[in-house]
Amino acid sequence: MGMTEERGEKAEEGLERILGNSILLTKLDAIIDWGRKYSFFLYPFVTACCGMEFMSLAGPRYDLDRFGSALPRFSPRQADLLMVVGTISHKQAPILVKIYNQMTEPKWVFSFGVCTTSGGFYDNYATVLGIDTLIPVDVYVPGCPPRPEMVIDGLLLLQKKVMREKWSDWPRGPAPVTKK
Amino acid sequence: MELSITLKKLKERFHNSIIDIHSFRGDDTAIVKKEDILRITKFLRDDEELLYNFMMDLTAVDYLGREPRFEVVYHLYSLKYNKRVRIKAPVPEQDCTIDSIISIWIAADWFEREAYDLYGIIFKGHPNLKRILLYEGFKGYPLRKDYPVRKRQPLIGPEN
Repeated sequence: MGMTEERGEKAEEGLERILGNSILLTKLDAIIDWGRKYSFFLYPFVTACCGMEFMSLAGPRYDLDRFGSALPRFSPRQADLLMVVGTISHKQAPILVKIYNQMTEPKWVFSFGVCTTSGGFYDNYATVLGIDTLIPVDVYVPGCPPRPEMVIDGLLLLQKKVMREKWSDWPRGPAPVTKK
Repeated sequence: MELSITLKKLKERFHNSIIDIHSFRGDDTAIVKKEDILRITKFLRDDEELLYNFMMDLTAVDYLGREPRFEVVYHLYSLKYNKRVRIKAPVPEQDCTIDSIISIWIAADWFEREAYDLYGIIFKGHPNLKRILLYEGFKGYPLRKDYPVRKRQPLIGPEN
């Protein structure tokens, strides 16, 4: 800051005395991020066989509720975590982008399974080779299907990421591929 | 080897329509002329000793380089007699049409649309012959062997 020790001490008597270390915004970020990481409202975009694994994950045995993301919202307007579970075909791609665009901000995207992540073993006329060609993705979990433990690990990684995030880090507005 | 009753009846009744028959390991198969597909399937469904009342599957095959190029394949099942038969009808590329069998089995509706969607075979008399799996605006027929294997037609996003 270029301040001498002396002048810094003086400043604490002024504004910083009232506002703490003048880092009110950072602290607000931190507490909001901390709250957010335990309250994902997920939208399950389930298109294929990975959905069965997602059901077991959301059920009592693996219990996604423990991590604060137990309440699937079936409207994108009420969701902030897009769970893309299963193969995305070119026919579905515009629907996925539309759902993403309709979600509230800030929003995160979870790529569940290898087909969602990279197209998996599909490399043909019908399949999108990874949803990151369409929308920004936060966590990739491979596997065909992934074990529930892997998904929980991915969710914990996402929580860590959310904890570190600043408001300026969030992608804003519609996905770049959106047609006007 | 003695012919099964299905193949025997077909051979007697549609002598001029049958191109070939065989029964490999008990799987009755008849290769028939496409012009007579309606008459043959109707007979198979209605004959008292056959009663193939269940159309299990309808699909197509592309034998690129062979003439005629395509084959439409029907798998039929008789619930009453517990018998199965496979009917194949070769379809040339120049005249890529065959009669729709919706009037025989209504279940053929979506199967024929699928074969049209992926192979481009026209089913004459189908009331709603349009793409069923792929999207509007898709060009070509992707299960044809000469469809470029790397060709992509995305609706949104990059061509990858």
